Amino acid sequence: MKTVIIKYNAGNIRSVMFALDRIGVEGIVTDDPEAIKSADKVIFPGVGEASTAMNYLKERKLDTLIKDLKQPVLGICLGMQLMCKHSEENNTPCLGIFDVEVKRFTSPVDNLLKIPQIGWNNITGLYSTMFEQVPENSYMYFVHSYYAALGPDTVATANYVINYSAGLQKDNFYAVQFHPEKSATAGQKILENFLKL
Amino acid sequence: MLTKRIIPCLDIKDGRTVKGVNFENIRDAGDPIELGALYAEQGADELVFLDITATNERRKTLSELVTRIAKHVNIPFTVGGGISSVEDVNVLLQSGADKISVNTSAFKRPELVDELAREFGSQCVVLAIDTRFEDGDWFVYLNGGRVKTDIKAYDWAKEAVQRGAGEILLTSMNNDGTKKGFALDITGKLSQNLNVPVIASGGAGNMDHFMDVFENAQADAALAASIFHYKEIEIPALKTYLYQRGVNIRF
Repeated sequence: MKTVIIKYNAGNIRSVMFALDRIGVEGIVTDDPEAIKSADKVIFPGVGEASTAMNYLKERKLDTLIKDLKQPVLGICLGMQLMCKHSEENNTPCLGIFDVEVKRFTSPVDNLLKIPQIGWNNITGLYSTMFEQVPENSYMYFVHSYYAALGPDTVATANYVINYSAGLQKDNFYAVQFHPEKSATAGQKILENFLKL
Repeated sequence: MLTKRIIPCLDIKDGRTVKGVNFENIRDAGDPIELGALYAEQGADELVFLDITATNERRKTLSELVTRIAKHVNIPFTVGGGISSVEDVNVLLQSGADKISVNTSAFKRPELVDELAREFGSQCVVLAIDTRFEDGDWFVYLNGGRVKTDIKAYDWAKEAVQRGAGEILLTSMNNDGTKKGFALDITGKLSQNLNVPVIASGGAGNMDHFMDVFENAQADAALAASIFHYKEIEIPALKTYLYQRGVNIRF
């Protein structure tokens, strides 16, 4: 089995590699279109800013390549947001795999909201093979200022002032807002499930 | 709902943990990886590794250590100690650290915070402040608490957040080592007025101290070292205690 991690200008790619390593899978980090197309599993990670990342993907024509992939693809954090339709972050049109908007958290008038959300939050309404044997209300590690709204492809929900998509799935495209590679054994289970698809 | 975080802190010198630890169930308590992995397994929400090595070999030893930690620990961790440039941070993040913390170097050259936030994002920039209460206010201390400044901790924290710090790690020197509880007033002031998470440090002696800092000072996280290393408080018991009293805790 060949597992590829898409290399672009929005790492923390090494932590994903190490997490795969812990479950005995070697991840190949590459931006080579042929290597990505021929992989059995594709992981699309990312920490960073949406417009810079989208520009980078477009320059290398990785934007159309990702959309056309037929094998299981897992977007993580910014990777998931880039798979949505549009992000408020610098008004960025994204890949449009999931028909949802990415918006910025806003503080209610009567309550100082800390942005980014940093830390462990529970996920509910789990409805995807990637969550097999992952209990409802499992805690995952989140770090983000923008969130994907709820939509028809929502397969996990989290709450930070409002309910939003913690997980999305449509056909072969899977995505999570949190960092499974940093979410202890529960996160590891999700990676294992994805790799078994 | 977002939970409060419990963070053990490990002091590292020449790649080894410094403070004596008391664990029968690990082979080598001086090995930061083994100890870190044990804390992760026990339910620690994050780890902080503070490097106090002073030699020239420091950087290489540290980046190798960070890679080993990243390979073995499945929760987020912060690395701090002697970090003073974008390049230092780049090496540590590339090695697998999730966040870095800066202290004296950022105070002496506050633009460092802007540079780090721009280059790597606020989410990985933790500003550490050592503070002492005297003459009616909390002042910033540098160089591990040896050098006093005339700047107030709140003012420096506020400026650093404006410059892009993503979290504040606040250590009260008055409380540190006393085991009489965290500094609730200054922790609360920062936590309630800054829109980034505040990690309280210094003074933890019993489980109620954690209750106090979460409930009465609204700290987002609490850090401690020796009480965990000496097993005066064990993390599973602490988390159960807090949970039973209504604090949001991860299990």
